[in-house]
Amino acid sequence: MSYAIPAFLPFFLAALFAAVAPVKLRYLLVLVPLVNGILIYLNADQLTPISVQLHTFTLQIMDVGAQVSEQDAKLSLLFAYLFHLACFICLIYALHVKDRVQIVAGLLYAGSAVGAVFAGDFITLFIFWELLAVTSAFLVFARRTQASKLAGIRYLIIQVLSGVLLLIGAISYFQQTGSTDIGYIGLGSMASWLFLIAFGIKAAFPFMHSWLTDAYPEATPAGAVFLSAFTTKVAIYMLARTFPGEDLLVYIGAAMTCFPIFYAVIENDLRKVLAYSLINQLGFMVCGIGIGTALALNGTVAHAFNDVIFKGLLFMTMGAVLHRVGHVNGSNLGGLYKTMPKTTIFCIVGAASISAFPLFSGFVSKSMVMAAMIEAGHEYLWLMLLFASAGVFHHAGIKIPFFAFFAHDSGLRPKEAPTNMLVAMGIASFICILVGTYPEFLYQMLPWDMEKAYVPYDLTHTLTQLQLLFFSALAFVWLNKKGLYPPELKSVNLDTEWLYRKVLPTTGNGLARIANNIKAGVIEISVSALNALPVMKRGNDANAATLTLRMALGFVVLAVLAFVTQFM
Amino acid sequence: MKIETSNAEQKIPFFDNPKNVMWILRIFYAICILLVVADFIVHRHIYVSFEEIPAFYALYGFVACVVLVVIAKAMRKIVMRDEHYYDKRNDEVELDVPRVVIEHNADEGSHLGENESADKESHK
Repeated sequence: MSYAIPAFLPFFLAALFAAVAPVKLRYLLVLVPLVNGILIYLNADQLTPISVQLHTFTLQIMDVGAQVSEQDAKLSLLFAYLFHLACFICLIYALHVKDRVQIVAGLLYAGSAVGAVFAGDFITLFIFWELLAVTSAFLVFARRTQASKLAGIRYLIIQVLSGVLLLIGAISYFQQTGSTDIGYIGLGSMASWLFLIAFGIKAAFPFMHSWLTDAYPEATPAGAVFLSAFTTKVAIYMLARTFPGEDLLVYIGAAMTCFPIFYAVIENDLRKVLAYSLINQLGFMVCGIGIGTALALNGTVAHAFNDVIFKGLLFMTMGAVLHRVGHVNGSNLGGLYKTMPKTTIFCIVGAASISAFPLFSGFVSKSMVMAAMIEAGHEYLWLMLLFASAGVFHHAGIKIPFFAFFAHDSGLRPKEAPTNMLVAMGIASFICILVGTYPEFLYQMLPWDMEKAYVPYDLTHTLTQLQLLFFSALAFVWLNKKGLYPPELKSVNLDTEWLYRKVLPTTGNGLARIANNIKAGVIEISVSALNALPVMKRGNDANAATLTLRMALGFVVLAVLAFVTQFM
Repeated sequence: MKIETSNAEQKIPFFDNPKNVMWILRIFYAICILLVVADFIVHRHIYVSFEEIPAFYALYGFVACVVLVVIAKAMRKIVMRDEHYYDKRNDEVELDVPRVVIEHNADEGSHLGENESADKESHK
């Protein structure tokens, strides 16, 4: 038996089915990623490459099989499994949703991510890259508020821009090398910079990240779970394939781990806090890619895997709160554990995983990147990552569960999350704990061969990590007791988006006003100049003036003609 | 786990009982102390020069978080704006809230809200 269809096709067919079939049958859709994922897993060695001839160009839509290097094959397979798993969990989470737009967009979105993972050339990648952008925007639009509509449009513009840069990069790469095959690029040429920026936008590099924190909190509860899983991880996957070992990425990654946590501490919208901590987690992955050793790259991939699950889990718990309460503002939440105990427990599992608590999934993957950082000799950057690790625990590990479910009693008594949401959160929690307690499950799938196997559970690592986490928590308790902890306030915090949401429109309007003034001035002067001219009426007394004016004009025309002909 | 889900008004929910919270905090402090003590007993592998400082990770974790919060608080002075800074339409989202079924138990919320949460609460 062999697997000889494009891996994304079942998703697209399922989306078609979801669009036309009765809403009642949407339960069947859950089977699509499950069955497809299992089929790919069983036929991992016998995947058939597929390419489409398009005029003179060949699109490699399934770049698998013998001619692909073992690492790339394992890497794309791991991400494919991950996306199937994520889509499966997301679909369960979204089972109660009767809105076709979300289901169709979610399936197309997941399918595009799978397609991008198996793409063999940059043009195919470009197609899926843009599909990712367009389909995911509908997960934001589907919230159907004015704010989500505008955020969705901003999101779409930036995402499409990334795709356009990718296309320009691909074309100039083709001009230079004569090939569009995806492989190691490395920084240097113009094309490589275009690729880096295109990937960097989707991977939320600093100053290119604001689409993420802008759009994700505006998405629907289920939409945000979908969104957190795919776009950024496809970018990480592409960076790992094209820029491994690129020194610049270490510094970018370190910056990405640190700056979002400050915002996360003062942000009120808890899904926005998660969006910031998503950037922080991506920072660890980008660092790993930048270091480029087998340990670092494996750590990156493992962390991407874990991040999809635990960040998805956290987005699911906050989505459940949003679904029940209607908002996720920390300032107006609290005490929800009384009526949403299961969601609370799942949230704590997610929080423990993201903060890399021993026995939870983050612990076994984040530390690989940290260890690789030391091996590579980046001691001060390692300190930054350590700072970020402590900060993650602070804002995602404690703040999210504390302000949503404990803290002061808000008086809200929402119902427990719907059963399908609980099941989805349960599966994600189970995977978090499974990977944390039995890391071999994940390690055996990692693409790069390491000289010596990485052992996460040694005494030093466990002890130091516990010290770090417990004393971060102690700082939280102490700051709270002293009343130094910044209260949750209804507010907006200025970020890079300020440039295009405030400065650009304001300057644009200002320039338009100045231009208008100039235009009005010019018209005024022209009118008065015209008025100053002798009036050309066919009256007896005006004849002399008219004649003079016509002669003057005739002279000017002749003079200009004479002047021009000199140069002809 | 053993959290009360039904609206049993007489029973104080687990985390609203100041005694329980006090015990949790005590256990928490005890673990913190144990972890520092363990640092002197167990021989840690040292990879980076910083790690030679006794209880480096504990100190770093604590200091990092305090610094983080202090800087973030200061950042608020620069970056914080009104909720409706970008677009007034934000209040459409706010108006959505009443459509979701929320059971407001105002009386319970107020009399339980004071005793325990006074120390943990962020709103001073």
